[in-house]
Amino acid sequence: MSCSCNEFSRASLFRRSVAEAGRGLPAIEPGMPLPAGSGLDRRSFLARTAGLALAVYGAGKLPLGLFDEGIARAQSAGGPILVSVFLEGGADSLSMLFPAGNTRYHQLRPTLALQPNEGSPFSEDARLRWHPSLAPLAELHDEGKVTVLPAVGYTNADQSHFTSRHYWEVGATDAHLRTGWLGRYLDVAGAMDNPLQGLALSSSLHPALASANVPVACVSRIDEYDFWAAGVWGPVQQRMLDALGTFPPGSSAATRKAAEVTTQVARLRGQLLPFDGGNWGSPVPYPPGRNAFPARLAGLAAIIAAGLPLRCVSVNAPGMYDTHADQAGELTDSLALTANTLRAFQRDLEARGIADRVLVHVWSEFGRRGEENGSDGTDHGAAGIGLLIGSRVRGQMLGEFPGLETGLDNDGNLMATFDYRTLYCSLLEQWFATDAAQIIPNAAGFPRVPLLR
Amino acid sequence: MPVYRGAFGRKEAERLLWRAGFGPRPGEAARVARKGLKGAVDGLVYPPLIRMTGKAPTDEDGAPIAPRDAWGHDHLWWLDRMVRTNQPLVERMTLIWHDWFATSNEGVGSQKWMLTQNQTMRTNALGSFERLLLALTHDPAMLIWLNGNQNTRWDPNENYARELMELFTLGAGQGYTEDDVREQARALTGWRNDWREGLGDVNFRYDANRHDGGVKVIFGQSGRFNWIDACRLCLRHPAHARFFVRKLWSYFIPTPPPAATEAALRTLYRRSGYQIRPVVSAILRHPGLYTGPRMVKPPAVQVAGMLRARNRTVDTEVWSWVSELDGQRLFLPPNVAGWNEDRWLDTSTMRGRWTAANYVALPYALDTDQWRGKLSLDPSKLVDSALSFWGTPTIAPESRQALTTFAATALGDADQSWERAEYPVLIVNALRLLIAVSPDYVTC
Repeated sequence: MSCSCNEFSRASLFRRSVAEAGRGLPAIEPGMPLPAGSGLDRRSFLARTAGLALAVYGAGKLPLGLFDEGIARAQSAGGPILVSVFLEGGADSLSMLFPAGNTRYHQLRPTLALQPNEGSPFSEDARLRWHPSLAPLAELHDEGKVTVLPAVGYTNADQSHFTSRHYWEVGATDAHLRTGWLGRYLDVAGAMDNPLQGLALSSSLHPALASANVPVACVSRIDEYDFWAAGVWGPVQQRMLDALGTFPPGSSAATRKAAEVTTQVARLRGQLLPFDGGNWGSPVPYPPGRNAFPARLAGLAAIIAAGLPLRCVSVNAPGMYDTHADQAGELTDSLALTANTLRAFQRDLEARGIADRVLVHVWSEFGRRGEENGSDGTDHGAAGIGLLIGSRVRGQMLGEFPGLETGLDNDGNLMATFDYRTLYCSLLEQWFATDAAQIIPNAAGFPRVPLLR
Repeated sequence: MPVYRGAFGRKEAERLLWRAGFGPRPGEAARVARKGLKGAVDGLVYPPLIRMTGKAPTDEDGAPIAPRDAWGHDHLWWLDRMVRTNQPLVERMTLIWHDWFATSNEGVGSQKWMLTQNQTMRTNALGSFERLLLALTHDPAMLIWLNGNQNTRWDPNENYARELMELFTLGAGQGYTEDDVREQARALTGWRNDWREGLGDVNFRYDANRHDGGVKVIFGQSGRFNWIDACRLCLRHPAHARFFVRKLWSYFIPTPPPAATEAALRTLYRRSGYQIRPVVSAILRHPGLYTGPRMVKPPAVQVAGMLRARNRTVDTEVWSWVSELDGQRLFLPPNVAGWNEDRWLDTSTMRGRWTAANYVALPYALDTDQWRGKLSLDPSKLVDSALSFWGTPTIAPESRQALTTFAATALGDADQSWERAEYPVLIVNALRLLIAVSPDYVTC
């Protein structure tokens, strides 16, 4: 990975810190918006019915015990689920779906241009080919399960990671909006007692899920709560884990706290045991390795199948797409892991018979500059690529690839042929059957396009 | 100033070594106990010349670490100092200043500048708080972190000014106003640096042209104040001494100081000319340290202490990622307020402590092939064996009972003769980890 973008690391620091409601955070560059959800209170609880240790946001006034009942009651709901997958840093659409053999492309990208024989053809536009690492998505596209948005964005694109991401997260080009577009949807359609309705698979809440009223939740890994002890196994190991819950409280507040926590550890360990080591019972293989993304999606499929009452889920794709330098290698590896995992997730849902309930939206805060820079990388651009994946999508391109001859703006960035708010409004109304006017500012100003079959 | 007059035995020495350092090496608690309270405290506050004991830190392959460049090696570098130093209080005070003036490499983006700041904190660890404060006010990492390098007379940035008063010298809302924040920011203007491609932030310097030379009104006084005045005005503010002694006290003793003690510490601090050493020395001799309640060990302290207990040096990179599980990755405090000492323990960070203990114990795990049939079948003896692994730390009888019950129960599962031969080996391995996360061992 290579990120020479100072603004980017500061922005990501700020975002991480927001969930802590910390003070004295490093200053954001002048004019940058605060992330949605800043200042939401956070509490933790264990959803016993779900076996999940959750950080719950925006739940200050409600007793945590209420959520257990809410989750249990909502468990059989079986409604549609939207999974938002974020390519962080501004993914290069001109690599993901590249204009093969285009003269201008090779002029702009003398070292980074992919060769005309690489990857596979994109059946909806003869000018374009899929990045070789995206072969799994090309396969799903051939099956009609991927809708491509080759140049999605908004006019006058902001080239700050922070600001542009914020616009996508809140569903408006408004620096002052403090709730996420999914959070506002949940405020309209969600429940006061079901934090799982908005779930970030992350160590901190994603701002798109920030709601004004209803609780939402966050969990990093539910499959990694193991207590490896070298040279301990079998019945002794189980006795050891049981013994964790038997320490006496001692005579001081610190020992009481320690004993309380070890007791919680023993209980939680027992509850998460069914999921230990990614024991999801996945009917299909997921990509191996240490990256959390495959395990997160494998776990997600399992808990959807188990009937947990999810509606909106957010997760970051592996990799860092702010490829100012050494772009080719980073993209090859990250896109491969992302695409292989997304295909596995789709196959998993299909095998479990729940594919009709899930729709995946892949997005990034912007695309990248048409012309490469001097460090084998590319700088921030404007329009980028978006994808909708699932058994219910129409699988027909939304917007078009504007071409490099006339499709670049004055800064040399790809111009958007499709507005992201059109996508949001259409998703809300067609996937969630909810009036977008309640959720997206100026929703009437955006057309609607058919998304589902 | 009240001084502890009770017995100073192994138990008291053990607590002192954990609170003012990183726990005892094997046999050290008994040795320190023999020096008596005064000798023990003096040995910490007036340390011998620096000497690092044992092998220099390496990765798994025995290669030297690269603290300025390699990911996580900054953490390893400091952990190594905690483990091998013969000046544990200096190192512990450095950790306290890292929390007090919490600066995160997430915002700084340079291990080199973080380590430079770390050395500044170490150099001034027990000296003058005024010198420490002045040095940190124009420390490169701090200038980046709290935007001191963007604070100009044309466009004042209040970030450092606010934290200077709120977190570093006075306390939130303690005798300053929003006007004081703005005026302090003006006084602090002038620091800058350059950005060089490939090198990052370089050439930190004071640029008089960026400084606002006008009159400022701070705490009701007016003058053409500069950055030195900004710091000194805070130190001379009536609220500072109280803030300083209470905050410093809180790192060593979990209950606030009695009013008379606090007043005496304030006087000591002011009369010494803002010296840190006499205040720390008085706290370390205070009865509250020996007779008061226990404290949770900061995770970095426990990990360093477990390595010290084993006389093991840093010989693997695992500590970097383990620290992210246990809740204290050095150089990455959660925010400018530092770590929240009330929140060290939760179900996630406890798993981190467990993981750390397992990696400390890993090379020493007893092997059933080697130890089959050679260990006692007496649960109490197995507990003794596991305690001795950690240098026989003090443990409450009730906790010992829980460990003995585990050993007895697990032994009771052994029906076959091979199980009776092997289970004691597994049980000792398990007991070592249970001890490491016991309420007794995670506190001191």
